[in-house]
Amino acid sequence: MNRPILRSITTEAKLLLIGIPVFIWTILPIYHLALFAFSSKDSAFSGNLWPTHPTLDNFIIVFGQKHYYLNNFWRQLWNSCFIAAMTGILTLIVATFAAFAISRLKVKGGRIVLNMALFTYFIPAAFLAVPMYRVMGLYGLLNSQWALIIAMMTIAAPYAIWVLKQASDKLPVELDEAAVIDGASPMQLFWLVYIPLMVPSLVAIGAYAILLAWNEYLYAFLLLSRDTSIPLPVALGNFLAADDSPWPLLMTTGLIYAVPPAAIYYVFRKYMVSGLTAGATKG
Amino acid sequence: MSTATVAQGPASFSGDAKKGGLSQWQIWGIILVVPYLAVFALFVIYPVFYAFWLAHSPESYVKLYDDPIFARAVVNTLVFIFVAINVKMVIALGLSGFFLNDRKWIRWLSVLFILPWAVPSIPTILSVRFMLNPEWGIINQTWFKLTFEDGPNWLNEPWLALTFAMLVHIWKSLPFWTLILLSGRMAISNDMYEAASVDGASTVQKFRFITWPSISQLYLTCALLSTIWTLGDFNSVYLLTGGGPADLTHVLATLGIRYLRLAEVDMSMATIVCALPIILPLVYFMMKRLSK
Repeated sequence: MNRPILRSITTEAKLLLIGIPVFIWTILPIYHLALFAFSSKDSAFSGNLWPTHPTLDNFIIVFGQKHYYLNNFWRQLWNSCFIAAMTGILTLIVATFAAFAISRLKVKGGRIVLNMALFTYFIPAAFLAVPMYRVMGLYGLLNSQWALIIAMMTIAAPYAIWVLKQASDKLPVELDEAAVIDGASPMQLFWLVYIPLMVPSLVAIGAYAILLAWNEYLYAFLLLSRDTSIPLPVALGNFLAADDSPWPLLMTTGLIYAVPPAAIYYVFRKYMVSGLTAGATKG
Repeated sequence: MSTATVAQGPASFSGDAKKGGLSQWQIWGIILVVPYLAVFALFVIYPVFYAFWLAHSPESYVKLYDDPIFARAVVNTLVFIFVAINVKMVIALGLSGFFLNDRKWIRWLSVLFILPWAVPSIPTILSVRFMLNPEWGIINQTWFKLTFEDGPNWLNEPWLALTFAMLVHIWKSLPFWTLILLSGRMAISNDMYEAASVDGASTVQKFRFITWPSISQLYLTCALLSTIWTLGDFNSVYLLTGGGPADLTHVLATLGIRYLRLAEVDMSMATIVCALPIILPLVYFMMKRLSK
């Protein structure tokens, strides 16, 4: 009677021995961010592990743009939203069209298109950034938010096509056959049969593209430079160089900036986990 | 995949077409693929060829070779990818086993565990950077409280700074790979483990003879893909150390951007070309594996 209980306690203890360090490791930088955001200026630098006098002052300063570092806070937050939303929409359109054509219409050369998409997926982002920066200059797109939106779409679309193609292939071909016998045109098949069935994957891919664009730093930092056109992370990065950075305010802004992607992930995580891992584990 | 049986696709049903030309299905297929092809041609193919053209002059490579920062960046890059990838993948493999345990608190932890992946780099790296601040950072303040001595200036020591950059990189990318390996492990049939338990197999034996053979291919694919992405990780180094102190913590990804910012475009392109011996074999293997 005692043995099994003892054994389950040891198992639980062993699991906790892994679980507790994993918890601390995961949460530490984020907790530290929040600690600063909720601390007053003086207590932030005292090295306390929790806010002794929690305050919302930092948030009031940030939201009120009451510091010269933060003159364009709302504008830059809007820029981040606009860029992420546009990237999500464009990626969905381009990738869904391509995946439908390759998987359901069996377009000739579809295999080649898929391999080209994979090729982009396999170029390290920082290395593609340099030539892309030059080419955006040639196209006259530098300092336009569209440059960043297109760049993000270029990076998100390959994975999107790959994941959507995997999901499309799983749809039974009988559905297409039935629709065709009923006289559906390719575009009717696309809108009336394909899109409704693909909704879970589309949600996963849309959320993925939005997170990618929202979280991007390097391309935003290279392609945009005006204070009124940059998204929030570039503004944060620019203050890093200053000697007198208002750290509590930067951390507060950072925390505000980190909340939307976490929220998007938690709302859509069921779709994202199954959609994204299904695409990635195929190999 | 048994796609061969459906290879005809809907095209075979459109009796009206196929008269010496393309069926309407094929025409629509082409129309729908064109947007992606246009993006690919304009923003991948053209830039890549343009980069090669800009990097063709041998002088850039001589200049690059003479720059001591470049040699250091190559060493740093090799250390970074070798250490970071192996540490990350082995921990991910181990943690994927931990998250297989079905407990309520472990499910909660797994939900929390994904945060580093979902949250943007800059706020968290900012946070880590301040933790490591020699005067005001929480680490050295705690250090002082315990020992009454000043702690080290963490980011002023090149190898230590690079180690922290690696830790930041691992913090950020660990959840994704753990999740992938976890889904790989969940696909293994439970019957095999039950049969092994009946035969009295130990945990190590179960891993060695059931788990590993089932996911070793996935593990290899993940490690290769992770290598490519690690090579392209600009944020972990740039946002934590800025390449410093004295440009000793640059990796190829940050060095290329550094030259670009210094308006030395040819050097920037040459840096990328120098990364090709690492990237090309990886891309080749990945294409072969995934396009099967």
